[in-house]
Amino acid sequence: MSGMAISRAEIPVRRVGPWGDRLFRLLLAGAAILVLALLGGAALAIFWGALPAFRHFGPAFLTGSAWDPVRQEFGALVPIYGTLVTSAVAMATAVPISFGIALFLTEVAPAWLRAPIGAAIELLAGIPSIIYGMWGLFVFAPFMADHVEPALTALLGPLPVLGVLFDGPPLGIGMLTAGLILSIMVVPFISSVMRDVFLLVPLTLREAAVGLGATRWELVWRVVLPHTKSAVMGGIFLGLGRALGETMAVTFVLGNAHEFSPSLLMPSTSIAAAIANEFTEADSDLYRSSLIALGFLLFAITFVVLALAKLLLARLTAGETRR
Amino acid sequence: MRSAIAALALALMSGLAPGFAAAEEITGAGSTFVYPLLAKWSDDYNRQSGVKINYQSIGSGGGIAQIKAGTVTFGASDMPLTPADLHEAGLIQFPAVIGAVVPAVNLPGIAPGALRLTGPALADIYLGRVKTWNDPEIVSLNPGLTLPALAITVVHRSDGSGTTFNWVDYLAKVSPEWKARIGEGTSVSWPSGVGGKGNEGVAAYIQRIKGAIGYLEYAYILQNKMTYALVQNAAGQYPAPGKASFQAAAASAEWSKTSDFDLVLTNAPGDNAYPITATSFILIHRAAGATGAVKSALDFFRWAFAHGGDDAEALAYVPLPASLTAAIEAYWQANLP
Repeated sequence: MSGMAISRAEIPVRRVGPWGDRLFRLLLAGAAILVLALLGGAALAIFWGALPAFRHFGPAFLTGSAWDPVRQEFGALVPIYGTLVTSAVAMATAVPISFGIALFLTEVAPAWLRAPIGAAIELLAGIPSIIYGMWGLFVFAPFMADHVEPALTALLGPLPVLGVLFDGPPLGIGMLTAGLILSIMVVPFISSVMRDVFLLVPLTLREAAVGLGATRWELVWRVVLPHTKSAVMGGIFLGLGRALGETMAVTFVLGNAHEFSPSLLMPSTSIAAAIANEFTEADSDLYRSSLIALGFLLFAITFVVLALAKLLLARLTAGETRR
Repeated sequence: MRSAIAALALALMSGLAPGFAAAEEITGAGSTFVYPLLAKWSDDYNRQSGVKINYQSIGSGGGIAQIKAGTVTFGASDMPLTPADLHEAGLIQFPAVIGAVVPAVNLPGIAPGALRLTGPALADIYLGRVKTWNDPEIVSLNPGLTLPALAITVVHRSDGSGTTFNWVDYLAKVSPEWKARIGEGTSVSWPSGVGGKGNEGVAAYIQRIKGAIGYLEYAYILQNKMTYALVQNAAGQYPAPGKASFQAAAASAEWSKTSDFDLVLTNAPGDNAYPITATSFILIHRAAGATGAVKSALDFFRWAFAHGGDDAEALAYVPLPASLTAAIEAYWQANLP
């Protein structure tokens, strides 16, 4: 991979005793396998708990929009939709902003400004999610309801297809607000990864590009980004993983309603919020199992998203080497 | 190092020591509705008698599960169990305290208690059929008020809750359509609106959203100085929520005709009875008999019924009327010899 050319076989092995080495190797392997075992065990346990719900509802559990604890009818469509839409809104706003922050800090900002802004962004990551939730409910949601959402409805509501997304009363509580809160929460993760890898671009590459007459934009677009592509994608998916599973902040501003509505302005629920809200009082076995089944779906969604990310990354690197 | 470990072990043991004496510590779990009062009661009782009550407010459903599993001395639930359920699980049940669920609104220019609603009107609002505040159904109940053409946003609980149970039990009693379409339980499939977590979540949503209506425990109405609406009771009156109307509801209920106090106080018949009055119930294992921790728990509730009235009123609950506590004492004698 890198410039170091010593392969493992060439590392001199000192024979202190056969047992010491073997034990050490076993310990290391055990530590690594433990992670796999924990993951497998967790997946299996969740699946086991979810089995009664999957058996009772079959594939209809994925497409059903009913959530009726009285009649014991449960379907996961609304929480799945809410989870995906809020995360999509979060990524759509967080990625460009993080990119801008990272670019500013590495390429544009004067040196004395970099440390304080960088520290401030990292501090954002340290704020507990419940604080984001409360701030979202008491400060951000009223602001959205009074200023942003009426304007959005007036501006985008009459559009033919897009209009459906911005229809409805301006409650200030709903998928759009939840997505924006999530984006504030994931910006520190994505931007700090981006900044760190942008700084790792070798100075010789930068100097060469500038020497060839590249503008700052060309430097970023043609040299910095291609060089750091895979790490940038990694940072984005780290943020996405956090957005998909975020519970507390979402619960506060999403509205927790199990009614299907395509509009971004309407309340909905997410998988994590539904579990956090309802698990304590889920008094029948089927109810509890349905909530665990939601957890299993979140597990599956995260797994699929990460797998897709790896696939995309492999494609990108393959295209890079071909060139 | 060794002495530090020894000191730690000693500290742990001395801290745990009261826990080993079974009769000195009572464990309970369940309803969040009674938690503030049980916490105050157990604090006062501990100071007087040295007995410690360890109550965990994990929710009514959790409380029922824990007492059935036998991991706690008593469970607390806002929803009574039926005598058949109690018999099957080997439990006894008695009411502990009275509270109420009160509708609160966010309507600029309307004073607390000025808006009048009936049970069927509340059901129509929560069914999503009455959508604006100037709907004829609401206007006809409030001839003196000018109601705005504001959209109604329904707020309900997002978590399962005894507060929800009492609210929807009332709606099911006054609206056949609610009973048929939605039913009742600690959580239901809401036809409209947004869900807040806990009473504080619902209160926050009502305060945030103009035109919102939601239901809260009475204490939250008082603490947050919220605009509440009056609800017509079964006798056609509009009693203000408060000690008098809650106690009137408790007194007018025919406890003597029930077995195991299996009665929900909503829609009580009395002239001055508040229509959405709620009770929290205590569950105890029958098989244990009045010995050990169970005896300590009964002593605690006996003390609370006799001396805990001021605590209850300070926290906006209402103590049980004397006739009811006498009936509970007789019930204990009969079931826990």
